[in-house]
Amino acid sequence: MSPAPHADDRHAMRQPTTSSQTVGPYLHIGLTWLNTANLIANVAGVRSILVAGRIVDGDGAPVSDAAIEIWQADASGKYAHPEDARDLPGTAGFAGFGRCPTDADGRYAFTTLKPGRVPAPGGGWQAPHINVTIFMRGMLRQLNTRIYFGDEAAANADDPVLTSVPPARRATLVAVAGANAGDYRFDIVLQGKGETVFFAV
Amino acid sequence: MDSTTKAPASAATKPAARALRGYRADDPGTQPAYLYPPYASTQKRAPHEALVRLPWSLSEVTGPLFGFERIRANDFDLTKQHDGAPIGERIVVSGRVLDANGKPVPHALVEIWQANAAGRYPHPVDQHDAPTDPNFTGAGRTLTDAEGRYRFVTIRPGEYPWRNHPNAWRPAHIHFSLFGPAFATRLVTQMYFPGDPLLEFDPMYMSIPDEKARKRLVSAFDWETTIPETALGYRFDVVLRGRDETPMENDLVLPR
Repeated sequence: MSPAPHADDRHAMRQPTTSSQTVGPYLHIGLTWLNTANLIANVAGVRSILVAGRIVDGDGAPVSDAAIEIWQADASGKYAHPEDARDLPGTAGFAGFGRCPTDADGRYAFTTLKPGRVPAPGGGWQAPHINVTIFMRGMLRQLNTRIYFGDEAAANADDPVLTSVPPARRATLVAVAGANAGDYRFDIVLQGKGETVFFAV
Repeated sequence: MDSTTKAPASAATKPAARALRGYRADDPGTQPAYLYPPYASTQKRAPHEALVRLPWSLSEVTGPLFGFERIRANDFDLTKQHDGAPIGERIVVSGRVLDANGKPVPHALVEIWQANAAGRYPHPVDQHDAPTDPNFTGAGRTLTDAEGRYRFVTIRPGEYPWRNHPNAWRPAHIHFSLFGPAFATRLVTQMYFPGDPLLEFDPMYMSIPDEKARKRLVSAFDWETTIPETALGYRFDVVLRGRDETPMENDLVLPR
């Protein structure tokens, strides 16, 4: 995908990226100040959704010392970032970033809005999704996954990322709509049976 | 059915295209694997399946951006966050955040956390028999300046035991969390200190296959940032992923 490093003189300034290390067990000391479990606290007039779930390890034991970060577009599919230069208004007060630690039972929850569709590579559109980064003790580098939505069947069937995943594993990326409108459940299985699909970014 | 199931109206017409550049992959050997058995808690937390490669899209080349509005004046100086001075050796930790193309990363959020001088964290999980320090929390944050520079004032953290294996001790370290310009540039790492005899016995440090990459996590003593009669300086530069110089062909075209 990318050329070999230092392949020619144009790349004389190139240098290797810094190695990743785990957040360790005391991550809360440094990260809690930016916890953002409600992404729409300063947004008026949007329909809220609740995305909640649990992280479990290879034994099915809850992971009580993880931090989850999410990054998402607004309801029109616009990211609050200069790289998304499309002429869309954006949503005042919505930054698109969330951070939530897991509790003693491995649970997390985000109150947010449902993202819109985002352009797909090669044209067309991706299904609504939330980008997820996971940190924890015992994880020397972060894991990335995506949260899709179970009530977006038509868009999901069209999504180039979901359809690139082996069919038997796709359901691990799809949050299940709950009994209450706007409630979604998204569990993360780190290892083994029902293992969540994780992405190389 | 929710309105988001419909493609936006602009999808109907063939949109003007703009090329999208991704980020280069990390060099071989520079990143630890998820499973590294000498670090015991990787064993039940590492995925068994191979990662699925994402194509580049707006989702990965955008990312959260932060301003100064949430950062307080003393957040960069961990020695001035309480009424008194913390116990320990005051140090200055500074450096630059660059991308892998050698360009500075301006206005990047840098978060740090660390043990106190006795090797103790003020955290309920930490039961090490060493004193906490009422004048030291051990958390800091700042934004890099226009040239990618950052600077913290803190105290030198102590080494401490952990239960990974018999007589296991962590080398002195400071945890670093960095947000670059994109979802793809997020990095969490640890900074170590030169000459620490524990490094070669530390499974976290040793999990990085490439020796040169490991050594880049070790800060350098620095006269230039040492403050006479006040604090020793340590320099630690961080390199985040850099963009591909050329747009990807064909398949990375962004409708606008």
